[in-house]
Amino acid sequence: MTAMPVGAPTGRAWTMVERNLLIYRHTWPVLLAEIFEPMLYLVAFGVGVGLLVGDVPGLDASISYPRFVAPALLATAAMNGAMNETTFNMYGKLTTDKTYESILTTPMSVRSVALGEVLWALVRGSVVATVFLVVVSVFGLAELPGALLVVPGALLIGFAFAALGLLTVTFLRSWQDFQLIQLVMLPMFLFATTFFPLDVYPRPVQVLVEVLPLYHSVELIRAAFLGTGGANPVVAVAYLAVLGTVALAVAVRRLENTLRP
Amino acid sequence: MDTLARAFSAPAFRELGYWLFRYRRTWRGSIVISVGNPLLFLTALGLGLGKLVDHGNSAYLQGHSYLTFILPGILIAGVMQTAFLEASGPVMQGALPRGSYRAAASTPLEPAGILYGHLMYWTLRAAQNAVLFTCVSMLFGTVDPARAPLLVLVAILVAVAFASPAAAWAVTVTRPSQINAMFRFVVLPLYMFSGTFFPIEQLPDWLRRLAWLTPLWHGVDLGRTVALGTATTSGVLVHLAYLAVMVAAGLYVARRTYRRRLYV
Amino acid sequence: MSDVSAVLIEARGLKKVYGRPGDKTGFTAVDGIDFQVRRGEAFGVLGANGAGKSSTMRMIACVSPVTEGSLRILGWDTGRDGARIRARLGVVPQDDTIDSELTVRENLLIYGRYFGLSWKVLRERSARLLEFARLTEKAGDAVATLSGGMRRRLTIARALINEPEIVLLDEPTTGLDPQARHLLWERLFQLKQDGVTLLLTTHYMDEAEQLCDRLVVMDAGKIVAEGTPAELIARHTLREVLELRFAPGERQVMIEKCRGLAERIEELPDRLLLSTDNGEETLSAVHRQGVQPLTALVRRSSLEDVFLTLTGRSLLD
Repeated sequence: MTAMPVGAPTGRAWTMVERNLLIYRHTWPVLLAEIFEPMLYLVAFGVGVGLLVGDVPGLDASISYPRFVAPALLATAAMNGAMNETTFNMYGKLTTDKTYESILTTPMSVRSVALGEVLWALVRGSVVATVFLVVVSVFGLAELPGALLVVPGALLIGFAFAALGLLTVTFLRSWQDFQLIQLVMLPMFLFATTFFPLDVYPRPVQVLVEVLPLYHSVELIRAAFLGTGGANPVVAVAYLAVLGTVALAVAVRRLENTLRP
Repeated sequence: MDTLARAFSAPAFRELGYWLFRYRRTWRGSIVISVGNPLLFLTALGLGLGKLVDHGNSAYLQGHSYLTFILPGILIAGVMQTAFLEASGPVMQGALPRGSYRAAASTPLEPAGILYGHLMYWTLRAAQNAVLFTCVSMLFGTVDPARAPLLVLVAILVAVAFASPAAAWAVTVTRPSQINAMFRFVVLPLYMFSGTFFPIEQLPDWLRRLAWLTPLWHGVDLGRTVALGTATTSGVLVHLAYLAVMVAAGLYVARRTYRRRLYV
Repeated sequence: MSDVSAVLIEARGLKKVYGRPGDKTGFTAVDGIDFQVRRGEAFGVLGANGAGKSSTMRMIACVSPVTEGSLRILGWDTGRDGARIRARLGVVPQDDTIDSELTVRENLLIYGRYFGLSWKVLRERSARLLEFARLTEKAGDAVATLSGGMRRRLTIARALINEPEIVLLDEPTTGLDPQARHLLWERLFQLKQDGVTLLLTTHYMDEAEQLCDRLVVMDAGKIVAEGTPAELIARHTLREVLELRFAPGERQVMIEKCRGLAERIEELPDRLLLSTDNGEETLSAVHRQGVQPLTALVRRSSLEDVFLTLTGRSLLD
């Protein structure tokens, strides 16, 4: 009998990524679709509606409307990719496929499973972000290499929302509940300064928007994209890092109760 | 006429009854969404983005505010999207070996009855969404109450025009990923480039001609001209003819694909 | 493997209560059981649905915390050393939890990675296990294309990827056709020959008689009997059973006439069962009483009779 080395639980998390890489060898077009969607929005809103808008009032004239919208769409894509992975896909593995049940009969711990899924969300998120960045810079909407800062930014967003998704999935009771997630995600997408700057709103609404995690994500990516620095990116980084860490910690504890009753 | 008689036959109503029975569990959520969605879109895009657009004062909007312009577009495109989703996933599920269509087909119900019953359900759902959307938009004061019923009728027609071919295709599908691909690569582009959010008149000539060929543009333009009171007889006739052909062709094919899939 | 009688699994006062942590008013699935499993034996846990078999198995697999009592496996405590114990177990769960997104071979490879095994070792082992499970031809196929028996064999192959010392099987042949069951029994017997300790639950009595050296019968969370299959039959039933069927109209009269002809008589809606040491003799006695059954059948007592005697005939769920 072979004696099994019992490694550090976090080291095992990487096997979850290996599993997903094997699967994505067959299903990589999914990632293509994930890049295609923000591109559609960019053409429809950045270009199509952009022609109606002209200059964005209150912004530097050098920032055209497509340049204003593109970073927000990237931030949204990073958010959606990560959330989908840890809510939709993970709920399927928890309920219909019971994937984790068999994984947990091995020395894998709930913690390494959870960390592994988050890690995977980051891997695929960085692919999507990089491709999107390359495409938009071909069209002159971002300036490389400065805009490369967008990639670590997208990773941080991916981490925060993957963790948030992981927390959310522990509360889901049925597939019906995904309607409720939509009910939160859609307004966040529409209002988090994706299509128009914050000063369009009256002050009380501005405060509400400033609480949204997507707002900080957009701020972060926009700052990297347009090369504008300032205090906001620091706030955004801190906000997303704390949000992700707390969500992950609570999620792992709750998952422990769900998966090991 | 034969088709119409069979569409409203008693077996079709049994199938409708099944879907309505299932709907009892989800109707609350669906109403929240049919009221919430227009509120969100109209506030964010109509009022928020509208501030930027109205500031740009584009001649293509012909003096209308952006809110007034996109309202019918969002309604029609939204109804199209819902019609596709309702007539693809559930149809595929129903036709799978353990699906509800299989149970229905083992009773005296014929495949055509299953199709028409389900179609009635989609029609009712579209009517519910369109009525609620139009009521919400009255709050924004941009829809003339006299023209609202017409707008609702256009929305229902668009839903049926898209649900029929979608069902004809979905009943032959076996994997959810195919429906996802269709949604992302066909439905979503239609949603965004059929004059929903910006007038296609501002596109280059060749793109505009391309847009004229797409089905959703006919629905959006019909809804918009009806809502704004700028409809012309010839325009309305062309749009209606296009949508009617979609319904007829969709049902013609669907009757065949349903029969072929359910009676193997 | 020197000490053949070494105890690998030992449960003392083992209890499982589902409910909030710390709150002991929830549903009691396992109600204080004691048992030992020794190295190299095939140990069976019998019981109807809801008797507590699966909960017991899940605690042994270290995927479900013990509420009360102690459970030691390979000398370790399940609560503290879960990961270390799981590294040396193979688990075949009741539902085939095969990864539907992976191919047959990939299922074995990735599962092995969860144990921290190297790709090199896994390539060699997966080839061997696919052969063992007679799935070599299916290696590159999607698992959705497998039949029920193949899925079960893949699950068993997967459970062996870490060369476990103990294999847990939860109702291994439920839902399989006779051919698939026999092939599976043959493979399990081979494992036993190789010195692997088997722990299985089942509600097929023929399966328990075929495979188990020793077994316990569970009912409502408790162990109600323990021993080898032969011991249990000897202890809880007589040697033979006489089964009689009557025409519906005369049933009641005939039953009255049979009273006192056997040590134990059980009335079923469609049959009368007479437990006896000699079935043919009892049948003659029945005929002498002037009883004319529609059909009469003498058979050997089986574990099924033990099981029904111990746990009753009414449905439990």
